Amino acid sequence: MATGIKDKVAILGMGCSQFGERWNVGTNELLAEAFEEALADAGIERKQIEAAWYGSGLDPVNVGNSAIPAAMGLRLDLIPVSRVENMCATGTEALRSAVYAVASGAVDIALAIGAEKLKDAGYGGLPTPYKGTFNDMWLPMGSAPAGFAQLAAGYRTKHGISKEELKRAIAHVSWKSHQNGVHSPKAHLRKAVTMDQILNAPMIAEPLGLFDCCGVSDGAAAAIVTTPEIARALGKHDLVSVKAIQLAIASGVESSMSNWDGSHVRTTRAAAKRAYAEAGITDPRKQLSLMEVHDCFSITELVTMEDLFVSEEGRAVHDVLDGFFDRGGNGVPCQVDGGLKCFGHPIGASGLRMAYEVYSQLLGRAGERQLASPSMGLTHNLGGVPYLGVAAVSVFGLMG
Amino acid sequence: MSNQTHDYGITGFGGYIPRLRMQRAAIVATHQWMAPGLRSLGKGQRAFCSWDEDTITMAVEAARDALGQRTTAELQSLTLASTRMPYANVQNSSLVAASLQLPATAATADQGYSERAGVAGLLAALRSAAGPALVVASDHPPAKPASTQELTYGAGAAAFTLGSDKVLARLVGHASRNNTFVDHYRAEDQSFDYFWEERWIREEGYLKVVPQTVKAALQQAGLTAADVHHFVLASSLKAVDQAVAKKLGIAPEAVADALDSTCGYAGAAHAPMMLALALERAQPGQHIVVVGFSQGCDVLVLQVTDALADFKPVRGISGALAEAQPHDAYMRMLSYAGGIDLEWGMRAEKVIKTALTDQYRSSHQLAGFVAGHCRACGTVQFPQLTYCVNPACNAPAAQFDPVSLRDVPAQVLTYTADALSYHPAPPLYVGFVQFDNGARLLMEMVDVGAAGLDVGTPLRSVLRIKDLDKARGHTRYFWKMTPLAA
Repeated sequence: MATGIKDKVAILGMGCSQFGERWNVGTNELLAEAFEEALADAGIERKQIEAAWYGSGLDPVNVGNSAIPAAMGLRLDLIPVSRVENMCATGTEALRSAVYAVASGAVDIALAIGAEKLKDAGYGGLPTPYKGTFNDMWLPMGSAPAGFAQLAAGYRTKHGISKEELKRAIAHVSWKSHQNGVHSPKAHLRKAVTMDQILNAPMIAEPLGLFDCCGVSDGAAAAIVTTPEIARALGKHDLVSVKAIQLAIASGVESSMSNWDGSHVRTTRAAAKRAYAEAGITDPRKQLSLMEVHDCFSITELVTMEDLFVSEEGRAVHDVLDGFFDRGGNGVPCQVDGGLKCFGHPIGASGLRMAYEVYSQLLGRAGERQLASPSMGLTHNLGGVPYLGVAAVSVFGLMG
Repeated sequence: MSNQTHDYGITGFGGYIPRLRMQRAAIVATHQWMAPGLRSLGKGQRAFCSWDEDTITMAVEAARDALGQRTTAELQSLTLASTRMPYANVQNSSLVAASLQLPATAATADQGYSERAGVAGLLAALRSAAGPALVVASDHPPAKPASTQELTYGAGAAAFTLGSDKVLARLVGHASRNNTFVDHYRAEDQSFDYFWEERWIREEGYLKVVPQTVKAALQQAGLTAADVHHFVLASSLKAVDQAVAKKLGIAPEAVADALDSTCGYAGAAHAPMMLALALERAQPGQHIVVVGFSQGCDVLVLQVTDALADFKPVRGISGALAEAQPHDAYMRMLSYAGGIDLEWGMRAEKVIKTALTDQYRSSHQLAGFVAGHCRACGTVQFPQLTYCVNPACNAPAAQFDPVSLRDVPAQVLTYTADALSYHPAPPLYVGFVQFDNGARLLMEMVDVGAAGLDVGTPLRSVLRIKDLDKARGHTRYFWKMTPLAA
């Protein structure tokens, strides 16, 4: 019986670039920003890294296929470097690979790094991906917001919630994240917005308006991982360890069978259950100190609160409107750094950026955003679309 | 001809008209600064194709209207008539055959290059009397902005099943003529028709050529003008049908509805559409004269039988007329027709290239909208991949039974109106469609009317253009859904 990876791997150092419209830098510079901070935090040199995983989601606005561009950009000479891509979970996928490499004993120190240069696209939003020769012949070419907006129809129908109430709840999701983003120096969007601004913004994909959608940014983030023993040997005292990293991928059940009701994300639920089992979490609503979830769109975050079993089914609207996820709301603060909403979503970086916030909070380094004595944090990614996607749930905590 | 031992004739009929109807007043208003003379043509509305409709898609819808729940397994031939085929050297009828799941052994043929192609195709099939056949005429003649034709032209299709079982109208006389009367033309490499003076077309063309041919056909049938209950003469010229009927001595009330104020002239499909509507209104024992005019003419004399009472098209031309969605934004029609190159933004730059290899490999499920019914667990699924989607089953797809989703009742499960994606008719309505047999898939929803969409809105399938690959001149088709109620 597999024992999982709980406490087998510690984070030695992390880095996160400035997120935003980084017109004057390319992917290499973004990678370097995150890499140098992580190296300095870890207190090691480049040549001590034995293996690396590089996450990038979109070739056309990045550096291209394979790990060679990353190896060149960071001058990682002759060590094994792999490029990973798993939609919006790409950053977490890179971290998972590095963590597994250390947990297996294959290497002592591994690097996970991800970046995306979205602002070389020439327009706002994500480039339209190809879905393969077969799928392109029949699947509608909907945008990312169109994929997630459908959750709203499914959710309100299942729970008998009016369009207006759901719109208010998802507006609160975005309002809360913008409030938090003000205190995040590395975030892209650092302005608070009013509920009226959110509710009256132009429609992108019904019912999602402009402020229901996350920002579109350039950014990179990195983690250097090792065993707890080596971390201590290198002089680290307060250790953040990986409690769980779980992935769940849709096989077509939601999109081709008739039992999914459109109101929840099946992959998130599966990944969460496995992650909680691996991390030993029995009551996430009480045990989690903070969450960084995949708020690509406001409705996604709302539904995710139920899919992570923090809110009961049908209760997320009320938890959201009650401020349970707000900073200082006596609940589980969510997106204390502003989330994708304020950082934007450079695909390859996002999962690692979320881990960076949890890591910083656990070590008490979050500055103005610092929560009172957090002990366990969760990150969540949702790639693709709710009905055909990739969900990742990770748990990090202080090592006893 | 009426005494032939082997009865053969029309056994079913149907039609299709795009739901989109441009108010002619809006066209007139747009052009009044330079063409104030168009004002007299500003009454009523004309049908126009959505960006994703063409001869193929309308032909499939008309054929489905005629076929209803009847099987296509017996059909031995398909003729598709149009002046505007999407491909110059792809057999267009084969695309229609694939979408209708005709037997692979059916003979398919295209009939074109003339606005009487529809009538000529129907006449040829009736004369050959060669087994169960499907004849479809579908057209959307192009018209230059501010031309008379932009106001008088329309779009649509009609379909007829022919055979020996339950013949509802049989051919009792016919006549043809050919000549070099070229009153308008569209050269192979030109976009629009070039027209000569209407008075000449009326007097030297219709009024001289049609009457003598109709007389010959009636004579062959042993009938006179007084026996004609429905006179079908399609023309983009107003009232020419009444003038010809008068000259022949056919009663004015026998002149068939030319769909002038509701649809407009649909080229090679127009006379067949008028015939399909006339059949909806005809009584057993009545006679219908159908004229196809263009460099001469073809005339059919049809006798309606008692079997007509037992046939109804799914919606028919009358149903299609009733499904009108009025539009008054002229630029919408112009853009759909490719008449103006609007700024669609960078998202429209996406390369739309079809792997012809995969198109052929996948045609068994994409063309006919064919899901797989798993014999092991009963799950109906689209697309059909290698193994059954049911996690409790995962049986190999080799044992799937093919089930077309075309006519399975369906409704909206989820939806959104996507204003961000590039779409030629924004917003893109997209969502999950739940079919009553358990199948579901993400689909595009089109021709969404004023009532909009909601969870549970009843839908029906329509074949449409999935993508237009302008760089490579390729059109790919797939099924979309439209609200049952216009």
